[in-house]
Amino acid sequence: MKAVKYLSIILITIVIIAGLCIPIVPEPKTLFEFPIIPGLEDKARNIFFHVPVAWTAVLGFLMALFYGFKYLQTRDLEYDIKSVSSAGIGMMFCLLATVTGSIWAKFNWGSFWNWDPRETSIFILLMIYGAYFALRSALGSDEVRARLSAVYAILAGLTAPFFIFIMPRIVGGLHPGAKGDTSGSTPITQLHMPINMRFVFFTGLIGFSLFFIWLLNIRIRAARVEYQLSITEH
Amino acid sequence: MNSIASIRAMVAKDVKSELRTRYALNALLMFVVTSVATIVFALRGDEPNIEILSGMFWVVIFFTAMAGLSRIFVSEEERGTTLTLQLVASPSVVYFGKLIFNSGLTLLLSSAVTLLYVVVFPTFVIKSMSIFACTVILGSLGFASAATLIAAIISKANTKGTLYPVLSFPILIPLLMTVMKLTSSSLEGNLFTAVLGEFQILVSYVLVLTAGSHLLFDHVWKD
Repeated sequence: MKAVKYLSIILITIVIIAGLCIPIVPEPKTLFEFPIIPGLEDKARNIFFHVPVAWTAVLGFLMALFYGFKYLQTRDLEYDIKSVSSAGIGMMFCLLATVTGSIWAKFNWGSFWNWDPRETSIFILLMIYGAYFALRSALGSDEVRARLSAVYAILAGLTAPFFIFIMPRIVGGLHPGAKGDTSGSTPITQLHMPINMRFVFFTGLIGFSLFFIWLLNIRIRAARVEYQLSITEH
Repeated sequence: MNSIASIRAMVAKDVKSELRTRYALNALLMFVVTSVATIVFALRGDEPNIEILSGMFWVVIFFTAMAGLSRIFVSEEERGTTLTLQLVASPSVVYFGKLIFNSGLTLLLSSAVTLLYVVVFPTFVIKSMSIFACTVILGSLGFASAATLIAAIISKANTKGTLYPVLSFPILIPLLMTVMKLTSSSLEGNLFTAVLGEFQILVSYVLVLTAGSHLLFDHVWKD
């Protein structure tokens, strides 16, 4: 886990320095210059932070779902600890994605919130996280809580395809990949980035994912200790 | 007894106990009247446009369903009959019995809301009956398919009433967005073929949620 920790720190540092310091010029000549993207200009730098954070928010939910599924299979509370830890960190990243996206939307599209399909999706993801924790706090014993919250996470996961693949097709949107986008409306947006931006972008994705894994590891260890303490107290 | 007969017996039992007490039915019909009346008072004689009307139509159905659909499992917990039910019937039978009852209840509620809307709002004129009927039927099935499993989940929780809409809302959003759009296009009088894509979404939603809930129900039902 030490390697993951240091690697994530190094990668995110690279992204922060490269993402914020590399100048944006009309005609880039070297690798240390980004081109101007019309309509985005300096605001394009947010893509190195907003997209990886949003990706990590989804990753957190998928991991919570996966461990919930494992819990239902094995009925081993260790998996529930992993599931709830993942959901907790995922929710933090979901809030970060909402805030960074909202600020970006204010300066690019004119208002903090536009109910674009992807904004709606991240709002729903926040609601799911909120409902998940509200459900957990309303359930008494450890086993029931683990079982029912795993079921709820899986049920919520079943609706994800409707948000990712179907809704952006029927509702017009502002994000790339939405209905009416000239560059094509596919769930996985084609990247129109030059090689150096792409490098920083993917460094960000990997860096934030490793950061998530490191945080998850700490959270799981802390939750294990909490669980042991709660057993010895009773 | 084969499973079809068991499911039929399950539904008959719920209908009978509902007709005996009229707990849900009376309260829910009053709930519908109350919420439509609130909307009428809020509008103060204004004639809202079609989009707002069709949105409000499903808002009323959503909150009425959230007030009523959880009864199906909560009442079993309250009467202490859950264990008996676990003994006499398999989880699949219980799930489909409750699903059919809830679908029927939602359909009844949507019909009541439709009737009130047609009477109260002069602009609520259904121009395309086929779209409207399919929307209400598939929408009610969709509501029931998602809400039945969540009802089973919250019957084990401490704060049943408040938690139910909180848990259901994120799951129901794709359905709500689709049926609101379909309702407004039925009021505009669009052709059935023009909204075929939306109906595909509705049908796939109902199938995915019913199949998923059925598979997950075992874990909720068995302690």
